[in-house]
Amino acid sequence: MRNSAGPAAALGALVVLGVGLGLALFWAPEDADQGFSQKIFYVHVPIALTAYACFGWGAWKALRLLWTRDGRYDLESYTAVHMGTIFGVLTLVTGSLWAKVSWGIWWSWSERQLVLFLVLFLFYSAYFMLRYSTDPGPRRANMSAVYALFGVVLIPVSFLAIRLAENFIHPVVFTRDGPQMAGSMFFVFCVCLAGMLLLAVALYQAELTGKRLDERLRELREALA
Amino acid sequence: MSGYLGDVAALARTSLLLELRSRDTVPAMVLFVVSALVVFRFSLPADASDLAALGLLWIAIVFTAILALTRAFVAEREGRVLDGLVLATADRSAIWLGKVVGVLAFLVLAELVALPAFALFFTPLGWETVAAVALANVGIAAVGTLLAAMAAASRARELLLPLLFLPLVIPIVVGGVGASVEPDPSRYLAFLGLYDLIFAILAWASFDYVVAE
Repeated sequence: MRNSAGPAAALGALVVLGVGLGLALFWAPEDADQGFSQKIFYVHVPIALTAYACFGWGAWKALRLLWTRDGRYDLESYTAVHMGTIFGVLTLVTGSLWAKVSWGIWWSWSERQLVLFLVLFLFYSAYFMLRYSTDPGPRRANMSAVYALFGVVLIPVSFLAIRLAENFIHPVVFTRDGPQMAGSMFFVFCVCLAGMLLLAVALYQAELTGKRLDERLRELREALA
Repeated sequence: MSGYLGDVAALARTSLLLELRSRDTVPAMVLFVVSALVVFRFSLPADASDLAALGLLWIAIVFTAILALTRAFVAEREGRVLDGLVLATADRSAIWLGKVVGVLAFLVLAELVALPAFALFFTPLGWETVAAVALANVGIAAVGTLLAAMAAASRARELLLPLLFLPLVIPIVVGGVGASVEPDPSRYLAFLGLYDLIFAILAWASFDYVVAE
């Protein structure tokens, strides 16, 4: 199975992410309040948004599966959720590091984005448990798809719940009046976000190709046996 | 009564009748929730505030609901009648709604003991806590019944249900505890109502895919 989108995305991710991180470190102005430690913003926030994009993509593929009953969407949805979970864990790690540097604590329950990612991490870990303890087939595909759809609905509902529950210290950069930062910072942020999304696409393609090969190999083995 | 509501009523009646004859689920839930409240009493320091106890009440309710939900599809699984039901009902979401009514009835019965027991052991309950419990029951039954059907189809079964269920009920706990302890309960109650609405529609619409091949 030839797939040229994967290598192209990988190359693009390498270049754009390299440029973005270079700009973030050497060109973007230093934050007046937080100093150098604010640079992790260019990694942490793109990773978090990429995780949301992966979960959304997985849910979209899940919806396509339920709509068309075409089995190939199952693997695509699963791979997207898998990538989303990896980026979600990275969000927790980078967020925790940033919290330690800025506020002197590794974890804060008043940090609503981190709490949301913790809830999502638990939710999507259960998604994997569901998949691994169910026999492969259309039933598993349907159940995984329904659970993935519950995930994207849980994101805004949990967000609302956490907002209700906590008083927060998380810096709010994106408000209704647009991003609250200098134009050059926003530009660098966008480059980093584009790089991170390209990285996710590359990983998704690589993982999907591998999983499809596994499946093909299993079919061939069964045909031979 | 025929049609969709007839299917729902027949299924709900079956759940209640089976429980009335065997009496395995509701007595177990009642005993569990009272034991849990006693354990909570000893896990709190003597001078703990009533607010902490109100938070624990919500843990007791969620865990008691898990007992009802793990039993929700046991009769169908043991009798191997789920496939028959799937074929028999015109609309499969009727199976979900019938089960939701059954689970809701069990939850209310357990809470009829649990809430007075809580008031006796800890602190009297206000109307807002009772209203929040009533709203939370709907969300718990709606989401939990769908997840119970998923868990029943997996190999891990009883083990899987709490793992699937707990992350999804975190918003319910937030809303319920908020309504119980905050001075202004209205927005928490509204949030619980919103949760019920969103997830009931989602579960109702997706149940078909969970039980059918």
